[in-house]
Amino acid sequence: MVKLGVSDLRIRYGGVTALEGVNFDIHEHEIFGIIGPANAGKTSFLKAVNRMDMFDPAMKVDGKIVFNNVDVSRIRNVYGLRRRIGVVFPLPVGLPLSVYDNVALSPRLGGQKNKAELDVIVERCLTRAALWDEVKDRLDSLGSMLSGGQQQRLTIARALSQEPELLMLDEFSIAVDPVTTMRIEDVLKELRSEITIILVTNLVQQARRLADRTAFFLEGQCVEVGVTEDLFTGEVKDQRTRDYVEGRFG
Amino acid sequence: MDNSASKVPASIDASFDQLNRDWYIDKAVQILVFLGGISAVVFIIGIFVFISKEGFGFLVGEFNFKEFFFSPNWRPTSESKETFGILALIAGTASVTGLAMLIAIPFSLGTAIFIAEFSSGKTREFLKITVELLAAIPSVVWGFIGLAIMNPIIIKTFNVPVGLNVLNAGVILGLMAAPIMTSIAEDALKAVPDRYREAAEAMGATRWQVIYKVVLPAAKNGLLGAVLLGVGRGFGETMAVLMATGHSINIPTSVFDSVRALTATIAAELGETAAGSPHYQALFTIGIFLFIVTFIINLVADLVVRGVRKG
Amino acid sequence: MFEATRLNRKNETRQKLFRLGLGAMTGLLILPVVLILSTLIYKGAPVISFEFLFTGPTKGMTAGGIFPALLGTILLVMVALIASVPLGIAAAIYLSEYASDNWFTRAINLAIINLAGVPSIVHALFGVGAFVIFFKFGTSILAASLTLAIMTLPVVIVATRESLQAVPMAFREACWNMGATRWQTIRRVVLPNAVTGILTGVILEVSRTAGETAPIMFTGAAFFLPLLPQGVFDQTMALSLHLFVVSTQVPGMPEHLPFGVALVLISMVLLMNSLSIALRMYLRGKKKW
Repeated sequence: MVKLGVSDLRIRYGGVTALEGVNFDIHEHEIFGIIGPANAGKTSFLKAVNRMDMFDPAMKVDGKIVFNNVDVSRIRNVYGLRRRIGVVFPLPVGLPLSVYDNVALSPRLGGQKNKAELDVIVERCLTRAALWDEVKDRLDSLGSMLSGGQQQRLTIARALSQEPELLMLDEFSIAVDPVTTMRIEDVLKELRSEITIILVTNLVQQARRLADRTAFFLEGQCVEVGVTEDLFTGEVKDQRTRDYVEGRFG
Repeated sequence: MDNSASKVPASIDASFDQLNRDWYIDKAVQILVFLGGISAVVFIIGIFVFISKEGFGFLVGEFNFKEFFFSPNWRPTSESKETFGILALIAGTASVTGLAMLIAIPFSLGTAIFIAEFSSGKTREFLKITVELLAAIPSVVWGFIGLAIMNPIIIKTFNVPVGLNVLNAGVILGLMAAPIMTSIAEDALKAVPDRYREAAEAMGATRWQVIYKVVLPAAKNGLLGAVLLGVGRGFGETMAVLMATGHSINIPTSVFDSVRALTATIAAELGETAAGSPHYQALFTIGIFLFIVTFIINLVADLVVRGVRKG
Repeated sequence: MFEATRLNRKNETRQKLFRLGLGAMTGLLILPVVLILSTLIYKGAPVISFEFLFTGPTKGMTAGGIFPALLGTILLVMVALIASVPLGIAAAIYLSEYASDNWFTRAINLAIINLAGVPSIVHALFGVGAFVIFFKFGTSILAASLTLAIMTLPVVIVATRESLQAVPMAFREACWNMGATRWQTIRRVVLPNAVTGILTGVILEVSRTAGETAPIMFTGAAFFLPLLPQGVFDQTMALSLHLFVVSTQVPGMPEHLPFGVALVLISMVLLMNSLSIALRMYLRGKKKW
């Protein structure tokens, strides 16, 4: 089942092309990795998927992105789209609400008012984000005053609280220590059976550990897409992929 | 949109793409705040429209450009021939504003430099708060001060018969305008990046050389804006000037002469006119003139000050 | 080698003189005002008493109290707030959260600056032409308050906009990414963090409105009224106008009475401003991010 279909995607900022030639389908229940050096267009891709390009007047998206068989550029209720897609960006953001309210925000926006059910959701999401043990006794404290690593896990918890169908993580491990990264990677592997995951990372080994298939973006181009293991064992369609994966640049 | 706690994922469906209550509320808010946003424009246009409407009769009737602007004879209630010359009133406003600026500009600049460059911490905080409080004193209180305190002082010190004159109103207006000008000037000085000062100091310049040769020229747009704002304030000030200038309508030849300002004339005479009479309409016409002049001053000041933030 | 040379010493002295000179200028600016205020207190304090504040004028205004004027000012301020605060907050939300940087936004900003810069007597003329005559409210609290509201609208708009813009963009983006609408984001994250700033602006507006005289002179405030106002279509007395009247329009006024009125008015205004400043300083200490 195709969860996200991308065809002939091109993203420009003003006159500069940031990304082009992107063609692939992402299947339900897979972890799809996107690797590549900085400024390759990976983050722009994510922004186009959940229509955050609306907030940037300079950003122009051509081509087609289809989510659940709906063309995202033709969508009427863009908020509904974003509710179904959770995003975690590299910069941690703890909202200036209590930790509890941070995670309860999305369910509340969806109409959930029952305190007992909210409690369950909050605990589940914080546990999956590997943050529950550290904050369970101070759910009232301000999310924006937590440490960087905690705020990043809070951001992940918030994304999970949306019960998203598609979870997009953009270099989530930058602000998180290696042990916690491992814990979250385990959670992602568990979640795969429930949702679809796009994992943008510049840690190629992380892609190898987690992603079923991986795309390699370089300098605004989608160079190739393939089964992850193939890319790492040298069965690549493009030599540059092999060079990147083997650490010869990036 | 279904956000239940079940773990079974929604199947590939488009049920999320529905216009729901949140969507409509968001659109409604967007319209409401937009209306709020344009309200300021609506009001400014409205002000111009309504004062023009009331003054219109005079403009198409007895208005004579040469007489209005160049005759010092403002005699709207004369029984023989009514004249509507505002030259003396302009002179009144100009002389008082001019004197006020003569006092306010150096003092507000000096104070702004002192606060921005020579004080820090608690002193700075204290001075800034004091300036802010001074700026808050209402103009009718200033007018009262001119009447009750400055008046006797002037009479005694300079041995003149009347203390309600250009000097009185000029000093009062200067004290009124200075705090605001100080605030804006201080902002302009603070906006000059520290690295300018550091570069100059590294070359061996003393404190006052740094200020005189580097900071002041760099801040000149903002400082000019402060001056313009002060002039605009002086031009438009009503109550203080009404109470402190006396009531003679003439072109002043010395600071001890009583004068009448444009704003004060409207305030003093509007209550005694019949709605729709030429006198009434002439007063509204003065209002139109005041509106246009202060509009231009504010426009120029804003353009000039914005040059600061861009540069 | 590092001993101060003659030139160094000369520069240092010049510098000290310079600093002293500027400090003296600052003092010279502040000192007269302090003296004036002290005179106000000295001459006005004897007049202040419970009767002064809570009874009305007697003997042709040469004696008695200022209660109707005090009440009138409070009424005018309240109605003006009701009219201007919601509108001002809406305008500020538009400018901070929705408007893009184009000519239209610049026009709005220019209009706001001009609203604040138009002479108060021109606001009075507008009030007469629009509210008293065109909308047929007559000289009334309603006409006067609406005139005041339009005049002080910029204060609320600017204070609100600044406190909204102080909220970092990252918070909004995090909410939008979750599918929150703009309004949901504003309501749950942005506005709650701007409330104190908005309050500062409102207090400032109260202080400005209470002190204005010209805009209410011909739109609803009267020199002397035998009865207290019963509704918004009645006229009212007002403290600021009262000061003008007792210092210029009444013969035989004992010297201290106007000082008392001035003292009450200026105390009200300075108190409100100090409250606003205190609130701002409190805000600076309470960091939430």
